Amino acid sequence: MKFALSWLKDHLETEADVHRIAEAMTMAGLEVEEVLDPAAKLAPFTVAKILSAERHPNADRLQVCQVETVDGLKEIVCGAPNARAGLTTIYAPIGAYVPGLGVTLVEKPVRGVVSNGMLCSASELELSDESDGIQELPPEIPVGTPVAGLFGAEPVIDFEVTPNRPDWLGVAGIARDLAAASVGKLKHFDIAVVRGAFPSPITVRLDAPEMCPVFAGRVIRGVKNGPSPAWLQKRLTAIGLRSINRLVDVTNLIAYDRARPLHVYDVAKLVGTEIVVRAGQVSAETAHIEGGEPEHLIALDGKTYAAAATDCVIADAGGERPIGLGGVMGGESTGCDETTTDVFIESAWFDPLVIAQTGRALGIHSDAQYRFARGVDPVSVTPGLELATRLILDLCGGEPSEIVFVGEPPASPAPFAFDPAYVKRLSGMDLDDDRIGTILGQLGFLVTAGPADQAEPWTVTPPSWRRDVEGRADLVEEVARIEGFDSLPDTPLPEVARPAGGVLSPRQARVRTARRALAALGYAEAVTWSFTKQSTAVLFGGGDDRLVLENPIAADLDCMRPSALPNLIQAAARNAARGFADAALFEIGPIYLADGPKDQRTVIAGLVAPHAARHWAGSGEDALFAMKGDLTTLLEEIGAPVASLQLAQGQNRDWWHPGRSARLQLGTKNVMVEFGELHPRVLKALDADGPMLGFEIVLDNVPEPRGKGGKARGSADLSAFMPLTRDFAFVVEDAKPVGDLVRAATGADKALIAEVRVFDVYRGKGVDEGFKSVALEVVIQPRDATLTEAEIEALTAKVVAAVEKQGGKLRA
Amino acid sequence: MTDLATLELDLINAIGGAESVAALEEVRVAALGKSGSVSGLLKGMGAMSPDERREQGPMINGLRDRVAAAIAARKAELEAAELDARLQAERVDLTLPARPRRKGGVHPTMQVMDEMIALFAEMGFAVAEGPDIEDDFHNFTALNFPPKHPAREMHDTFFLKPDPETGERKVLRTHTSPVQVRTMMSQKPPIRIIAPGRTFRKDSDATHTPMFHQIEGLVIDRDIHMGHLKTTLQTFIARFFELDEVQARFRPHHFPFTEPSAEMDIRCDRSGGKLVFNTGDDWLEILGCGMVHPNVLKNCGIDPDEYQGFAFGMGVDRLAMLKYGVPDLRPMFDADTRWLAHYGFSAFAAPNPASGLS
Repeated sequence: MKFALSWLKDHLETEADVHRIAEAMTMAGLEVEEVLDPAAKLAPFTVAKILSAERHPNADRLQVCQVETVDGLKEIVCGAPNARAGLTTIYAPIGAYVPGLGVTLVEKPVRGVVSNGMLCSASELELSDESDGIQELPPEIPVGTPVAGLFGAEPVIDFEVTPNRPDWLGVAGIARDLAAASVGKLKHFDIAVVRGAFPSPITVRLDAPEMCPVFAGRVIRGVKNGPSPAWLQKRLTAIGLRSINRLVDVTNLIAYDRARPLHVYDVAKLVGTEIVVRAGQVSAETAHIEGGEPEHLIALDGKTYAAAATDCVIADAGGERPIGLGGVMGGESTGCDETTTDVFIESAWFDPLVIAQTGRALGIHSDAQYRFARGVDPVSVTPGLELATRLILDLCGGEPSEIVFVGEPPASPAPFAFDPAYVKRLSGMDLDDDRIGTILGQLGFLVTAGPADQAEPWTVTPPSWRRDVEGRADLVEEVARIEGFDSLPDTPLPEVARPAGGVLSPRQARVRTARRALAALGYAEAVTWSFTKQSTAVLFGGGDDRLVLENPIAADLDCMRPSALPNLIQAAARNAARGFADAALFEIGPIYLADGPKDQRTVIAGLVAPHAARHWAGSGEDALFAMKGDLTTLLEEIGAPVASLQLAQGQNRDWWHPGRSARLQLGTKNVMVEFGELHPRVLKALDADGPMLGFEIVLDNVPEPRGKGGKARGSADLSAFMPLTRDFAFVVEDAKPVGDLVRAATGADKALIAEVRVFDVYRGKGVDEGFKSVALEVVIQPRDATLTEAEIEALTAKVVAAVEKQGGKLRA
Repeated sequence: MTDLATLELDLINAIGGAESVAALEEVRVAALGKSGSVSGLLKGMGAMSPDERREQGPMINGLRDRVAAAIAARKAELEAAELDARLQAERVDLTLPARPRRKGGVHPTMQVMDEMIALFAEMGFAVAEGPDIEDDFHNFTALNFPPKHPAREMHDTFFLKPDPETGERKVLRTHTSPVQVRTMMSQKPPIRIIAPGRTFRKDSDATHTPMFHQIEGLVIDRDIHMGHLKTTLQTFIARFFELDEVQARFRPHHFPFTEPSAEMDIRCDRSGGKLVFNTGDDWLEILGCGMVHPNVLKNCGIDPDEYQGFAFGMGVDRLAMLKYGVPDLRPMFDADTRWLAHYGFSAFAAPNPASGLS
């Protein structure tokens, strides 16, 4: 909303300038968006008089003028046809910024003659849209007079109103708060009652009191409508409103002045003598058809709206013809224009929820809708009508009828008990009771002594326009914001005992560790949307309708993601499209299995697009096994039970390469990780070039380390004896996982075998088709004594037996 | 010249002339080997008369010692030369590049989240969490947004499709405040928590993304008032921006779930195209806060006559941008590897009180 400073001064006696007022508004809770001060941009311009004007020696259309200015006599070149000796006009010195031209004046010759400034038109100063030549001013205005003061170009404040304060949607309401904040003195003026000369020929019937509980109106006959006087036009245009005609402008003026929307009907255009306020219904023409069509109405904005049963409709013709959306917008059919002679003024109160709903459903917004949706002061029904009557009589003449008043206004806010000590308790601000009472009183609250049986000393009744105030905390806010939050005390929080083991849960701590570990391993952390496209979600095992957004920001972000991988794949593809194909990304974030509060999981997802640059020393490690190594390191860092994890291949879900992916699990029920190469079909669907490798750890499935024995570690088992190694080569069927052989060999003697390393896998000459040779290095760690040859012999026999059980044959 | 002197001279010359360890070994064998010339002289001493031996013995032994020493010295020389030659041959070109490693990093939003958690942990705040998909009660109703109230519209809420059975429409949480509700409903005061996480609003332009991060704070106890709120947030913001203090102002505002409500601004100067705090006439909005509304306490089963406290919420991505000079919000969620490399943080920049936040 906007208002001009002079408008505020109608309600507030103040010497404060616009910046001080904007500051006070901000500190009272009105968020000032912008202070538009046209005077600031007019500052360089002053009044000047042309003493002589002669034709430019080198240009027919230009004149060289001798001008008396605030800076003395100046020679100025001017192209305006009306530049002539004796003319009083506007002078801009060198260095001035001319807003209408968007240029700063520099001293430069115009066709060989130096112009020492510029003579200006109204449009060059943005004082009017178009001008015919330079501005002509009355000759009596002295040279040097600032232009800013001549044109009534006054500062305008543009601000945001929070939804709790509909009373701030009128200038009078803002003045009240500013007066309380000591910016000035509130001007009270009584709204005179205008006596009606005859009974209102138009009556009102309320058929939907839940939508419109109270409605007042009156006819003024014999009015003369037409363009509004200049002061009213200026007032409205200064804040961006369009002046329409006197009758309509009066309603707009009061909407912005008092936050009191009104409506005017042309009595001659009404059908019948009764206005009916009711809910929307099916149109009369289609009422006989099952279901029917909703009634339609052409509103003042020229658009046609269908009114539903949840919308409030104003109707005439015995309630049959819709002529307005109550509290939102009037109809075109009964609007006031230059020909209107008899006018019916409506001043009603509409339920905020109904009006908000209509605004949303029909996408229709107006000054009235905005105010009623937030809540208009119900007590303003009659005063608003009287004020409008007075203004219309003044501007248009005519004779008023008596007021027709139907229904009951909604109850005013109820009084409640209040202890002024609560101000200190909640805000910490130490104010005496008088000050608290004064602030509340200035804001329109009625403060009285509480009844004897009430614990709190005061009873406070909020004013009718403060329907947002419902309890004591609201009063503390009123007092604190008017006193100023700058007066809040500085009070450190009391010291509390810190949790001995840090504030993070084990899972939260793991997220931190995982983030730093992956970053150290060369993965760049990404944060991507929680959404994806539903068809993409389906590819990754999700896409349930219950996880689809009703109102997505974009069609390809319409579903909660079942995995972080698709977003990472698409990110890698975007990077490739920019010419950076090699990427290792990770994200730690949520996935959504269903829509319940316990259906969200945290995943650690990694993605590698292996496009290492060629290197002089040849290709490096296989990317898939490099990632497997990173994954193992990561799992160790976050304290996952790496030693007990089983690797299962060939069981991964659809989006993995069936032969080049695996899962790590604790039994088949707890799959903690899937990793490997992504399925080319899925990559193609996401427009990504393969190969891409990934992993996804469901962090919630990683058991927390057991052992409540504190942080002390068991004693280190450091053998005093040299470990020794023995090499074996086994021939097994090609399909046999090497991991099975390693596990068998490791298990052959759990006490003595420290590690089993795979140092060769060979297929080809010397090994039968369909078989492979696997070479193992077994590390034997003697514990209590050096092993004898016989003991070593026995151990190797155990290793061979264990591996042969797995189908391996010791190679001769 | 005696025979011995001649022999010694010949041997010394032969030793000096040996150009390899192998040639030197030949000289050694010829002199000191079993049938070497010096060994022969030593053996011949057995047949000498005692007088001859007394005269010749020391001379022969001296010859042997000097020859042996000369051989050892020459050997050391030759070995050193050979090592030099070998090392010269082993030279590699170290201007060749190492195998490149990918540079990993921590996302600025997550770095800042870690920083904030570290600072609040020092002030005794625990970390609470809640789900991204919320119900109407936790996101709105419990937080004193009455049904159909226009304040709900300010949130540009994302809705999930209605449940086919119940008709219930879940929402993506528009703020982290539902975690306040979940915390108050599940634990008794005193409460001192922060709740970081993802939040969602249907908004997309230069300064808004449909997903962003907030960190929520909640302090509930018997005597917590707005002065505590002010000092806590001023202290936090100063520490976060690594300043000795901040010039802040609290400006009244409206949030349905707090009363009184405020926004906190920091004095700043943006005239030079760069953001400088604590100077200038401009104010930068940093966060929203207020005293928890009595209705919210009641909705969460806490007696507002006994307990009160404050809550605050701030945008993590935006604070990351302000602190680390990230100009645009949208690339935060684009995963451009070049952007991540430029604005990301080292794995080892974990915030701690000894070395600072980053």
